[in-house]
Amino acid sequence: MAKITMREAISQALMEEMDRDPAVFIIGEEVGVWGGTYAVTKGFYDKYGSDRIKDTPIAENAIIGAAIGAAMVGQRPIAELMTINFAFSAMDYIVNQAAKLRYMFGGQFMLPLVIRAVGGGGRQLGATHSQTPDAIFAHFPGLKVVSPGTPEDAKGLLKSAIRSNDPILFIEHATMYQVRGDVPEGEYLIPIGKSKVQRPGKDLTIITYCKGLELSMKAAEELAKEGIEAEIIDLRTLRPLDMGPVLESFKKTNRAIVVEEGWKSYGVGSEIVSRIYEEAFDYVDAPIIRVAQKEVPLPYNRTLEQAALPQVHDIIDAAKEVLK
Amino acid sequence: MKKEQLLDLYYQMVLIRRVEERGAELYQAGKIGGFMHLYIGQEAVSTGLIAAREPRDRVITAYRDHGVALNCGIAANEVMAELLGKSTGMSKGKGGSMHMASTEKNMWGGHAIVGGHLPVAAGLALGDQYAKNDNITICMFGDGATNIGYFHEALNLAKTWGLRVLWVCENNQYGMGTAVERASAVPEIRQKAEGYGMKNGQVDGMDVVKVYEAASEAMNFIRKEGQPYFLEIDTYRFRGHSMGDPERYRKAEEVKKWQENDPIGIFNKYLLDKKVTTRKALDEIETRVEEEVAKAVEFAESSPEPTMEDLYADIYADN
Ligand SMILES: Cc1ncc(C[n+]2csc(CCOP(=O)(O)OP(=O)(O)O)c2C)c(N)n1
Ligand SMILES: [Mg+2]
Repeated sequence: MAKITMREAISQALMEEMDRDPAVFIIGEEVGVWGGTYAVTKGFYDKYGSDRIKDTPIAENAIIGAAIGAAMVGQRPIAELMTINFAFSAMDYIVNQAAKLRYMFGGQFMLPLVIRAVGGGGRQLGATHSQTPDAIFAHFPGLKVVSPGTPEDAKGLLKSAIRSNDPILFIEHATMYQVRGDVPEGEYLIPIGKSKVQRPGKDLTIITYCKGLELSMKAAEELAKEGIEAEIIDLRTLRPLDMGPVLESFKKTNRAIVVEEGWKSYGVGSEIVSRIYEEAFDYVDAPIIRVAQKEVPLPYNRTLEQAALPQVHDIIDAAKEVLK
Repeated sequence: MKKEQLLDLYYQMVLIRRVEERGAELYQAGKIGGFMHLYIGQEAVSTGLIAAREPRDRVITAYRDHGVALNCGIAANEVMAELLGKSTGMSKGKGGSMHMASTEKNMWGGHAIVGGHLPVAAGLALGDQYAKNDNITICMFGDGATNIGYFHEALNLAKTWGLRVLWVCENNQYGMGTAVERASAVPEIRQKAEGYGMKNGQVDGMDVVKVYEAASEAMNFIRKEGQPYFLEIDTYRFRGHSMGDPERYRKAEEVKKWQENDPIGIFNKYLLDKKVTTRKALDEIETRVEEEVAKAVEFAESSPEPTMEDLYADIYADN
């Protein structure tokens, strides 16, 4: 095991897959000469050159559209959206093209395409640059949505995504690139569409992913000091959603909270709670609580922004509430 | 231009420079957060442009907006307060560096989605056309923004419908780290306007007088003909794209060469060479600006933070 950062994990996954398969190339804004806005592809331009590390104009529709086309004829592009907020500038290509072309043409096309996008708030970037709109993308059949919360998962899942034959949106969090974690030595893959128990516990189940995992782990430590053992399930993939470990845990604890950074209404939590009520209603001992972002566009002011984002203490409060 | 107006332009350019220099310090000190894009080096562009407008003419720009805000007459106090996220900022601390606007000053915002404000600019002009007035909308954007679809849709619409927009491309040679020729099919941005049959021009953006003259001419045309006009203004940003840019994409010599063309230095020399004023008078402007900026910082630092109630205010106009 080696301890590396999230940034290194993602960078390693990209490099290993580029070395392994010449069909893999990277296309996006500032991925080359600049080295990636978040320095994930630092050094790539010198190593692979401009054929495989393609700096694009500021043109999100063209980036995703061209990646789709190249994927359809057998290449394996990794398109980088500088931030997920710019996915809205490419929404037609993600929703109407990537998610539908295969189905609509009777399975004739294959779209081995990865869209990497950085999301998340907490950096005072204002309302248009701080969103966590993951749930929206998970709404569309035909698109897979992956969002890891540890370096180990990030590396293994990204490698699987690059080898997958389907369009996959891979969502990273802007405040997590320095997060460190153990990563296995050598090559490994983590399957897409599998939730995972990240912390065992018996008193309540916390269902979360990505940034929510980081916050939930901290909350669980605090709760443990008071004798409360939370079991944390990391979804890792939002679509296809793996409810197995969630239900297994819930049938044991009978109490749950869902933690996500995005807005509460119509969010990931809404889906998880519905699924628990649909599939494990007899096991429900307390109303399930959703911890999520306040229903406001994120403000620039630091105090207000932090107040709008879910915090560790919100998770602790919610955990105690469901245990009442 | 009369002497008073020329001196006022000089004052505005120095004000932008000093506000941003102080802003950069406050950013380093952790008092300003988020993204902050400095306008240093480009001051002559918005100063010359906005001097050519009538107060009823509208201005809209991208996130590099501190200079534009000041030129439109938003007080340095408010600009500084917004940078610090205080409730006394024009956007009440919710917008920050990239989102300065004042309807009262006819400044319709800094906008952070590249190219996103161009169709909106067409819409401002559409609203005015619908109201049957001849107001002009000045829409500023970078070279990089001319590669996104929004740009092309907006220009086409403006020409097709005869909207009174002055499209202003601030060509500072780079969009983030990407040089114009690496991202644009044509090296001269104004060639894109040709494609839409739009009257266009090009001017040196380091010379505020030239910018003013080109903008005045363009606005006369727009007002009279009821047609858009495209102005490409060549300039350069002396600092990084935003705070913390490693600047691996350009050489120090190149930056230095442009810095020798400092728009404030050029204008200073012009005012003295043409005997418009004396060195002493220009020094007095400098001193006045220093005092104004010091007061603005004091104002911003002593202003209140927005409250938790403010967090939920202004999500909707109706409740
Ligand atoms: C739709 C969209 N894509 C990408 C970005 C990220 N971004 C912000 S500024 C910028 C460069 C813009 O360059 P240019 O238009 O030349 O303006 P300049 O910064 O040089 O003033 C980029 C890529 C964004 N804000 N919006
Ligand atoms: Mg530029």
